[in-house]
Amino acid sequence: MEGYFQELAAVLDGAIRAGERYTATFAGEDSDFVRMNQGRVRQPGSATQRRLTVRLIAGRRHATHALSLGGDPARDAVELAAVVARLRDALPDLDDDPHLMLPDGVVSTRAERAGDLPPSPAIVDAVLAAAHGEDLVGLLAAGPVYRGFANSEGQRNWHAATTFNLQWSLYHQADKAVKSTYAGFAWDPGTLAAKMAEARERLALISRPPRSLEPGKYRAYLSPHAMEEIAGLLCWGGFSGRALATKQSALARMHEGERLHERVRIAEDTAAGVAPSFQGDGFARPDEVPLVDAGALVGSLVSPRTAREFSLTANGANGDEMPESLAISGGDLPARDALAALDTGLAIGNLWYLNYSDRPACRMTGMTRFATFWVEGGKVVAPVNVLRFDDTIYRMLGTNLESLTTETELLLEPNTYGERELRSLRLPGALVSEIAFTL
Amino acid sequence: MPLDVPIPDLDLDVDFWSLRFVEETCESYAVRKNVAQPFVASTDRGVMASVYTDGGYGYAATSDTSPAGLAAALARAAAWAKATAAVALVDSRALPRPSPRGDYASPSLAEPLPSRREWYALLAEESRGAAVDSRIVDWEASMDVRIATHRLVTSAGGEVTQRYRFIYPSMAVTAHANGDTQERSLNGYRGICQQGGREILDRFDFTGSGRRMAEEALELVAAPNCPSGTMDVLVMPDQMILQIHESIGHPLELDRILGDERNFAGTSFVTREMFGSYRYGSDLLNVTFDPTRREELASYAFDDDGAPAQKTWLIRNGILERPLGGAISQARAGLPGVANARADSWNRPPIDRMANLNLEPGDASFDAMVAGIERGIVLETNRSWSIDDSRNKFQFGCERGRLVENGKLGAVVKNANYRGISASFWRSLVKVGNADTERVLGTPHCGKGEPSQIIRVGHASPACVFAGVDVFGGES
Repeated sequence: MEGYFQELAAVLDGAIRAGERYTATFAGEDSDFVRMNQGRVRQPGSATQRRLTVRLIAGRRHATHALSLGGDPARDAVELAAVVARLRDALPDLDDDPHLMLPDGVVSTRAERAGDLPPSPAIVDAVLAAAHGEDLVGLLAAGPVYRGFANSEGQRNWHAATTFNLQWSLYHQADKAVKSTYAGFAWDPGTLAAKMAEARERLALISRPPRSLEPGKYRAYLSPHAMEEIAGLLCWGGFSGRALATKQSALARMHEGERLHERVRIAEDTAAGVAPSFQGDGFARPDEVPLVDAGALVGSLVSPRTAREFSLTANGANGDEMPESLAISGGDLPARDALAALDTGLAIGNLWYLNYSDRPACRMTGMTRFATFWVEGGKVVAPVNVLRFDDTIYRMLGTNLESLTTETELLLEPNTYGERELRSLRLPGALVSEIAFTL
Repeated sequence: MPLDVPIPDLDLDVDFWSLRFVEETCESYAVRKNVAQPFVASTDRGVMASVYTDGGYGYAATSDTSPAGLAAALARAAAWAKATAAVALVDSRALPRPSPRGDYASPSLAEPLPSRREWYALLAEESRGAAVDSRIVDWEASMDVRIATHRLVTSAGGEVTQRYRFIYPSMAVTAHANGDTQERSLNGYRGICQQGGREILDRFDFTGSGRRMAEEALELVAAPNCPSGTMDVLVMPDQMILQIHESIGHPLELDRILGDERNFAGTSFVTREMFGSYRYGSDLLNVTFDPTRREELASYAFDDDGAPAQKTWLIRNGILERPLGGAISQARAGLPGVANARADSWNRPPIDRMANLNLEPGDASFDAMVAGIERGIVLETNRSWSIDDSRNKFQFGCERGRLVENGKLGAVVKNANYRGISASFWRSLVKVGNADTERVLGTPHCGKGEPSQIIRVGHASPACVFAGVDVFGGES
């Protein structure tokens, strides 16, 4: 695949004229998707796709066209030449772009991480066998994902990773279920067996008679998967340099004195994630960009356009300025002691469908989901019917945060909108003295 | 073009196959803070091969639409079907083998659109109109023009071509003052999304919207917080569409009821036994699946499995009649459904989707609805949405609220939120606006499915009044 990408870049090298420059980003994948329900296969299939996004630049004018390619270099070269011609025709219609910013130098990189995966049908057989007798529903996504960058200055970046991401739930009835994930680069039958055994154990707990709690404030332990939803909401513009500069970020008040708990440290940790080490304009991404330190906002994700517009320093962010490898550092609470430290309250396995009820105040709402339990004396008593929380980040991870777990969990992004994403989160669990529940 | 792809002679030893080609082009224009944003276009093209054989089903999608690419995709789909037939949830031998023939075209598809320069000039004018005050900290006028061709060919003799043009105008303004930030947008983010051409802009008074949104954003950032309490709410169409979408549309999707979505999008509080008798709402509630309303975003003649589409009542006089389920889900559930098996592109398989889901108008004028409220609030333009995985407990937020006291419109308030439970909320529907209050809106961004899909959904709704709703404001 890398050779094919290099051939596409060579076509673009030959297609541009004097005074023109180009950038090109490549996204491809050979993915298997197997959807399961009721312990059987619902929709099995594959998707093979190659997409090149070409930007033609002349002076400070530029235009971009993204196109699907079939994979045959000769046929694709014809399509690419036509796209370059269309972009050339568009440039006279456009204004100079005051926010255009391109790399000054050439930094080529190459990273490839091969997977060790059995054929997907064999994985599915193993999953269904391990869950025999249970109502399993879920998705296996597996196969190689490719990303590339090229420009007319000769920079070439290549990133390839073969991964699998198995997300499944074991259902008791109605909305009572246990959700599990197993994702990575190498498939290990023993790990699947252990995770399925753990899921079966928790399913026994979720099968107990549920408890309905009245709205109110409850002490709570948020698992790393529950924290994933909170961190995921913050990723939508929260750390964006542009959103902070225009006061649209949910964390904008951290510029005016709001703080999280002093134990909270958040960073864009590219070195520890699975995302490429380059962004869409060809800028290299630093290994780490500190965002929150000792509870204070100390950084943001700044794209080249934002850097130009607001006189900031670009730091490897893509145009959407979303974290791709967000990490919240662990604390001093061993995960095995989390329920004991909770003592009495809610152990929240998963949250769901978060959104802001007051964005400037970073007040967010969402639902509990899957394995959420009422705990007394550090012991699980009963599953809890779904509850809606509505509280601010400054209370949940600020004044009301008691501790973070020592261990952090690497969570690979399961979303597959249009393509398999190469994002990840590394998160601890959090013990919170109270969270407001409203419905 | 997909229409030009020849179908090779296929001698496949399978029970049924189909090829679904999709080509979609997009041109995106935007002017942000009086700066023309880079011009971005795209061409997405590919084909989905599906096969039934030996009782199994499999698919393979590829961006290689050459004859060799088609043959390879069909072979791979057949391999999936055979490899998983023994553990298949659905016996494909019991499924229909569609043989649709026909075509479809969006309204005014042949009418020319403004040129690139004209689009930028139009957006620049709105951008300039929004720059009215230093408290306006960000604003953007934008336009997406999408043209799509879908072609379905089946081994049973089916051949369907459907051509679409989608227009998404948007105007959004952000104001900041005294530590608060408020955004005002024209019918919400991409709430205006229809099939057609230039006429869509006039339909929504796009010209002048930059200044209007800026003035309303300034009004909001200076407005008091929404009061808390139980009161009547008059919900305008650009919030009604979200209410319909989340608490009627998703719960009625038959694949959710059948459990397919439980690992991701969720299940439903609706069960199969409810159809035909369950009181979903008050007598005033009438909800239709209507793919025949030409300008609406998700109109079409056939769904992506080849089922012919027609207007169908889902809820009539408050009683639940049928789910949103395509032919395969209908066969699995033993229930009637609609033609709503849809995929968001060539690289994802069809699943049960809303398409156009509309609340039918009633007979109340806007003035009469306001006059009938003793203490309440008018809710405009969705900005926040959250609902549980059974689609029951919801909480939604609106850009703009306006108090109503003793039948008269009062002050504007900010951070207007409300919450409720789907299973009881629609029974508090006490007035349904007439056709004059109706708007045809939608969203291009409905997410669902494993693997994930984002699809276009249309919603037409009048303004409606609900009694005794739990309303509250923001933090400050």
